Amino acid sequence: MPNMSLKKMQMPEQEPEKRVKNFLEVALGYTEEMAVEEAKRCLNCKHKPCTKGCPVNVKIPEFITLVAEGKFEEAYLKINETNSLPAICGRVCPQESQCEKFCVRGKKGEPVGIGRLERFVADWYMANRKIEQTQVERKNRKVAVVGSGPAGLTCAGDLAKMGYDVTVFEAFHTPGGVLVYGIPEFRLPKELVNKEIDTIRNLGVDIKTNMVIGRVLTLDELKKEGFEAVFIGTGAGLPSFMGISGENLNGVYSANEFLTRINLMKAYKFPDCDTPVKVGRNVAVVGGGNVAMDAARSAKRLGAENVYIVYRRSEEEMPARLEEVHHAKEEGIIFKLLTNPTKIIGTEDGWVKGMECISMELGEPDSSGRRRPVPKAGSEHILDLETVIIAIGQSPNPLIKSTTPDLETQKWGGIITDEETGATSIEGVYAGGDAVTGAATVILAMGAGKKAAAAIDKYLSER
Amino acid sequence: MFKIVKKGVLNPAVKLLEVEAPYIARKAEPGQFIILRVNEEGERIPLTIADFNREKGTVTIIFQEVGKTTQLLGALNEGESILDFAGPLGMPTHYGEVKKAAVIGGGLGTAIAYPQAKKLHSMGADVDVIAGFRNKDLIILEEEMKAVSSRTFITTDDGSNGNKGFVSDVLKRLIEEGNKYDLVVVIGPLIMMKVVSGITKEYGIKTIVSMNPIMVDGTGMCGGCRVTVGGKVKFACVDGPDFDGHEVDFDEAMRRQLMYKKEERHSMEGHRCRLEGIKNA
Repeated sequence: MPNMSLKKMQMPEQEPEKRVKNFLEVALGYTEEMAVEEAKRCLNCKHKPCTKGCPVNVKIPEFITLVAEGKFEEAYLKINETNSLPAICGRVCPQESQCEKFCVRGKKGEPVGIGRLERFVADWYMANRKIEQTQVERKNRKVAVVGSGPAGLTCAGDLAKMGYDVTVFEAFHTPGGVLVYGIPEFRLPKELVNKEIDTIRNLGVDIKTNMVIGRVLTLDELKKEGFEAVFIGTGAGLPSFMGISGENLNGVYSANEFLTRINLMKAYKFPDCDTPVKVGRNVAVVGGGNVAMDAARSAKRLGAENVYIVYRRSEEEMPARLEEVHHAKEEGIIFKLLTNPTKIIGTEDGWVKGMECISMELGEPDSSGRRRPVPKAGSEHILDLETVIIAIGQSPNPLIKSTTPDLETQKWGGIITDEETGATSIEGVYAGGDAVTGAATVILAMGAGKKAAAAIDKYLSER
Repeated sequence: MFKIVKKGVLNPAVKLLEVEAPYIARKAEPGQFIILRVNEEGERIPLTIADFNREKGTVTIIFQEVGKTTQLLGALNEGESILDFAGPLGMPTHYGEVKKAAVIGGGLGTAIAYPQAKKLHSMGADVDVIAGFRNKDLIILEEEMKAVSSRTFITTDDGSNGNKGFVSDVLKRLIEEGNKYDLVVVIGPLIMMKVVSGITKEYGIKTIVSMNPIMVDGTGMCGGCRVTVGGKVKFACVDGPDFDGHEVDFDEAMRRQLMYKKEERHSMEGHRCRLEGIKNA
């Protein structure tokens, strides 16, 4: 008998008052009983509409049926057939615009909590698994993966499962890419990311850190080192600034820098960890995406009293996941919508003391289909601040392009690829994830890594 | 892990480490830098490559113990290892054609100026080196610099080496004596680079400075190393660290350098307390 409740089984969370004082995970996950109850809400539709919303084709109704039967290990193996990082996807995917968007139960009431179930299954497996070395027949052919974020890890994992000798090159001292430098601990615990990475290492993937490809080795040199194919998953690491006056004042951060200091360098543990970060009493985060929410919620946890999200459109156009906006509000983040900064104001000795903003109203739709924000004349006003964090987007890092002239890119830096295979303008070189699309989601990057792995296998098999 | 194959003490506060890093050694060029991390809790700090040996596969760094990280680094011995060491980062210095150059170093900056002098010398340029220190006990790399220059001038702020003055005074004198430099490379404290760039601007001599701002990743990701050059915002880690000295906004750079002064002191004091705690135990 399906569970006909119109609402998802609630997932336990840390109380907002408590969690704004720590960096521990906000959402606590289902218990076994809760997961089975929620799984019973799935109608197991014949045409499986949910699966078409998943960029990595997780066998959704199949795994949920196994959860409903209490077969958690089998459920994990089912997910793992197509998704190597389920504990991460269950936490950071925008399910409301993917799988859950198409769930029949969502037509009347809430869709099945697919993301929550995926997370439950992955966590259950991590806690209960027996580590075994997977044995696959080795092909003795080398493939290089540049970047160890979601795209690179997925591509590497899939290729290793096929028997390729995969080496992943990571510029930072720790693998994980945006999963470790960008997404905060309270949303995605790093211990969990490390476990997922260990799973990929167990497949035989060699991860070399401190290797800045494009500088220390060029793509040509990788080929000379015997790598027959290369996948570029270098992400969108180049922060955008607004180009308004005062952006170089002390106290202005790119969201990338602010989050990297906190997440990768553990500045929230200063002085036990050596990297500092500065957070004033009043902090404004400019932007409306997930990165903006992450920065705002981190600032709150580091002791800021007033944290503002300054976004030039209205809440409806905000690109952040619903859950992040909801959590941010619960934590007391103040939303200054339809507001755009015009300049940052400094003290005499060069520190931020405020930001001048102008109110906006929505006009005609623009090229993105969202209504274009237009400034309201004479509505300038000043926010008193000590810290400003710019979270208006990132573009692909130009490092590899700068030493690989044959690699064709878009004007804005995205690597040009064949959509189906990820093939670039150079034979044997593939790319995917944010390096191709510009800043997008973890799951889209994983989807691209997956497609490229299949294409690389095909390319090398035919060679 | 990156093994230290040689350690040297150049003056009481300045140390040299030659580190096994074959991939970096193969590619390194003057003007580039590395980023290192000493231990798991450590911060990432950029240090300019002072020398490299492609055959031996080593990279040399020279640093002054000014904060917790450089002290921890200075405490490492031959045979021990540095946890993380990434590079070569930044753009190699681009000289163009140079007949006569003045290479100027201030304090520790001399260690970074040295490979530039060496490169220019090997390119066949006539190189004058001018290096300035606070006092004679702090002088470093004197012999090395003499080996790669036509003339070497060493000044001290207090005159304890018998040659009191600033590097800028020496440069001005040399220019006025009729030395026709077509390039000046100046590396050292921001204020020194600012003063020297001011002089060379008057005389219209191309001037390269090496910026060393606060940075985290060194690959263009964080933007913490923003420098205004010719009215445009540049990232020192990928666009630099060398820039046209006549175009750099030094006042802004000096202000940005102070961003974490308080935290740096805090970190350092905590470190010293623990060290002394150990000594007293």
